[in-house]
Amino acid sequence: MANYSTNQFKNGLKVMIDGDPCSMVDVEFVKPGKGQAFTRVKLKNLMSGRTWERTFKSGDSVEGADVMDTDMEYLYNDGEMWHFMDPNTYEQVAADQTAIGDTHLWLKEQDVCQVTLFNGNPISVTPPNFVELQVTETDPGLKGDTAQGGSKPATLQSGAVVRVPLFIEEGEVLKIDTRTGEYVSRA
Amino acid sequence: MNLMTEQWRATAPVENLRRRAEILAQIRAFFAQRDVLEVETPLMTQAAVSDPYIDTIECRYHPVPEQQESARYLQSSPEYAMKRLLCSGSGAIYQICKAFRNGESGKRHNPEFTMLEWYRPDMSLSQLMDEVQALVSLVLKKLLWQRFSYGELFQRFLQINPYRATAAELAAITRQHIELEFEDDNRDNWLNLLMSHVIEPQLTELGAVFVYDYPASQAALARVSQNAEGDAVASRFELFIGGVEVANGYHELTDAAEQARRFQQNIQQRAEEGLPQRPTDQLLVDALQAGMPDCSGVAMGVDRLVMLVLETDRIDQVIALPFPRA
Repeated sequence: MANYSTNQFKNGLKVMIDGDPCSMVDVEFVKPGKGQAFTRVKLKNLMSGRTWERTFKSGDSVEGADVMDTDMEYLYNDGEMWHFMDPNTYEQVAADQTAIGDTHLWLKEQDVCQVTLFNGNPISVTPPNFVELQVTETDPGLKGDTAQGGSKPATLQSGAVVRVPLFIEEGEVLKIDTRTGEYVSRA
Repeated sequence: MNLMTEQWRATAPVENLRRRAEILAQIRAFFAQRDVLEVETPLMTQAAVSDPYIDTIECRYHPVPEQQESARYLQSSPEYAMKRLLCSGSGAIYQICKAFRNGESGKRHNPEFTMLEWYRPDMSLSQLMDEVQALVSLVLKKLLWQRFSYGELFQRFLQINPYRATAAELAAITRQHIELEFEDDNRDNWLNLLMSHVIEPQLTELGAVFVYDYPASQAALARVSQNAEGDAVASRFELFIGGVEVANGYHELTDAAEQARRFQQNIQQRAEEGLPQRPTDQLLVDALQAGMPDCSGVAMGVDRLVMLVLETDRIDQVIALPFPRA
């Protein structure tokens, strides 16, 4: 991988820090009027998710990380691994529990997710912002209560449990915002 | 297909440019009222600034196309030239001009920026701080103003004496606050890291803060004196507003021999650190030799001032066409 000098640092640049791939979240040029220039970088460790700051001297360089975000279609879960396919190359990858994290709660076959690959292996999976999932279990709906507030839990086909309005019935398909885990509307 | 992008468009909203123009007019009226003369000095000079950590942008002059090439340097500050005017008998002067610095690009930096610089014969450093306060108060009205010595700030926020601590002690305390990998045996680099990363953020809540009595090693072109504890300190101040460095002032060095010595010191530091060598300004030394009036002078970042007035932390909101779109 190429090395990147501080003047090439920018948000989203992927670099190796202490052996782990990291993404630059914020890059700030720091220069006291008469002093030496520094670059202060907020980094996110793509393996652990930890965010922290490190300061570099201007002109220092760091090794790039072979990290790629690829849109891939979710295929299936074999009980241990989650399988994805690149719809252009048909190449398949399998993500483990660590890489998938909480994303498995929002996965539905054929939905397109963003899979982050490090040296070709998935290290994280981001679901679409909005997914449509069917309700598999919830208390019976209350007729005529569409205007009222109040909510109840509903289990979705992916296994996630979300708060939904009282009028929602089993079997309905709902639109969910995966960033907040909240019900948006009927699909 | 025409791949037109939005790169042509000004980044700063027109209402910001209007406010910027008003501020420039207010500054000019302020100096007119105080009988300070507006001057202009060359942007393209034969010598470059000596400060090791300011990298001048070089350009090429050809009296005949592609022949007899000579190097010129885009000024990084009008300081040397304005001092030559003072030595020529100008009296009090100010200038609003572009200054250029290689590599200084970021959210708060543009490699070409607007500088306001002024010199006041027979004014002390504290009188000049009063004048800076009066000028800034024209456009930023509700500020709380405070003055602290560099030593007080380091004592208060880091419990360390910045004039006496060794490079190793400063490095150790820096590593407690900032994650970094590099080594350095230059005390000032550690002091600057602590100032910019630890102390400046604390100043955010303190309104407008003048910091004075910098360590003598950071005197640049300021005189050196002694504080009450007997430490050598630079007769220099910086103004921070909301934690942002806005102005830098000196009780100016007028001693030609000392000036020549400091140039030499900078040349040596540049050599040691592998930084580019540029011609130093012999004309400034000659001018000081002829005699410069006792005076204080200050440089203020106009873009930064406008940013504060408009409450933005992005320089591209106050410069119409910043470097990436220049």
